[in-house]
Amino acid sequence: MLIVDVEKRLGEFTVAAKFEAADGVTALFGPSGSGKTSIVNMVAGLVTPDRGRILCNGTLLFDSAGVNLPPHRRHIGYVFQDGRLFPHMTVAQNLDYGRRMYRLTHDAAAQARIVKVLDIGHLLARRPGKLSGGERQRVAIGRALLLQPLLLLLDEPLASLDAARKREIFPYLMRLRDEAVPMIYVSHHAAEVKRIASTVVRIEDGRVIGVGGSEIIDTADADALG
Amino acid sequence: MFSLTPDEWTAVLLSLRIAAVATVVALPFGIAIAWLLARKDFWGKALVDGLVHLPLVLPPVVTGYLLLIWFGRRGVIGSFLADTFGIVFSFRWTGAALACGVMGFPLLVRAIRLSIEAVDAKLEDASRTLGASPFRVFVTVTLPLALPGIIAGMVLCFAKALGEFGATITFVSNIPGETQTISAAIYTYLQVPGGDAPAARLVIVAIIISLIALVSSEWLARRAGTRLHGG
Repeated sequence: MLIVDVEKRLGEFTVAAKFEAADGVTALFGPSGSGKTSIVNMVAGLVTPDRGRILCNGTLLFDSAGVNLPPHRRHIGYVFQDGRLFPHMTVAQNLDYGRRMYRLTHDAAAQARIVKVLDIGHLLARRPGKLSGGERQRVAIGRALLLQPLLLLLDEPLASLDAARKREIFPYLMRLRDEAVPMIYVSHHAAEVKRIASTVVRIEDGRVIGVGGSEIIDTADADALG
Repeated sequence: MFSLTPDEWTAVLLSLRIAAVATVVALPFGIAIAWLLARKDFWGKALVDGLVHLPLVLPPVVTGYLLLIWFGRRGVIGSFLADTFGIVFSFRWTGAALACGVMGFPLLVRAIRLSIEAVDAKLEDASRTLGASPFRVFVTVTLPLALPGIIAGMVLCFAKALGEFGATITFVSNIPGETQTISAAIYTYLQVPGGDAPAARLVIVAIIISLIALVSSEWLARRAGTRLHGG
């Protein structure tokens, strides 16, 4: 369970968002520039809110009264829009990075399962520079999952891919729902959100304008944005 | 083939030792300062930046004189280091290494700073979300990605140290076998009749060493580059 109630001024733009995300997939849905990425950056700890609080599974991550857990102690997986694999490491080293940094014991079974789910076994010895966009994004998802996160943030994980690559990755994302890690899925793509999300949080101009099931995305949205 | 006399060999080997020690000892300080300048905003940053670059623009003799005042036997820092750690600089090769390190420092910091600035901060963010503390972000992401620039900085510093003349001779004089580097030896030979031949030999050696340093740094940086971005 994630509880977010934050305010952050970014130049002329202010994000003031309040919502709760239960287990399952919660989508932050809204147009580009509406502040969705800023919100997940605050959840991850990469951006510090001006005011408010963030709780994850009962643990206080941030409170303007004086709590601010640094990102490396939050145990929150983050899949960025642009992958951000480490170019100087192999795919296998990228996948193992979170486990090493969090000093988790090596769980060969978990690793083998995730490698299988994402179908990246044949890439392990390669370097990110030699991967296609879709392969890179699958490795990024695996890397975030292998740190055994309490919560997985996915920021427009398909946005940098062309239509064919999107169709390639989407089934993997759907399979992730079975991994039992709660997910926050950021997207401006109505069709994507309708298919994957159990809860939808609509964001506009830095504010939450509606929370509900996928029915709150109407066909007009799907036409306009999809 | 030409051969060097024992005295000339002494000057060459001493130069190499002084330049190598100066570069290796300056490196950790150079990386720390370069990182601060590249990634942090703090009060007095412009001042630190200016101080680091000062040896580049000051007359070397002035730098040597300041070293003499501060690091000489009666200097504030010099007497402290001598009494506490037994490290003596004045008229020793260690003093020459200090002078060379100070003169090469701006070049070292500059190259490393540029390469750290070129490391994508988004990768550092990714590493933080994967559980890396700031120190481990630096060691596992920033440093390896900045490696080509670090190598370039070390070669520049080494080359500068090898050719340093003014600050060294002012600080620790020109003592054969102790502080007389290739440059100082060439200068000395040119002051005496018949010194042209040994001076010419040392000039050739200086050119060869500089070429080797340049070519090997190019090769190392290229290797580091392909390791980072290719196969």
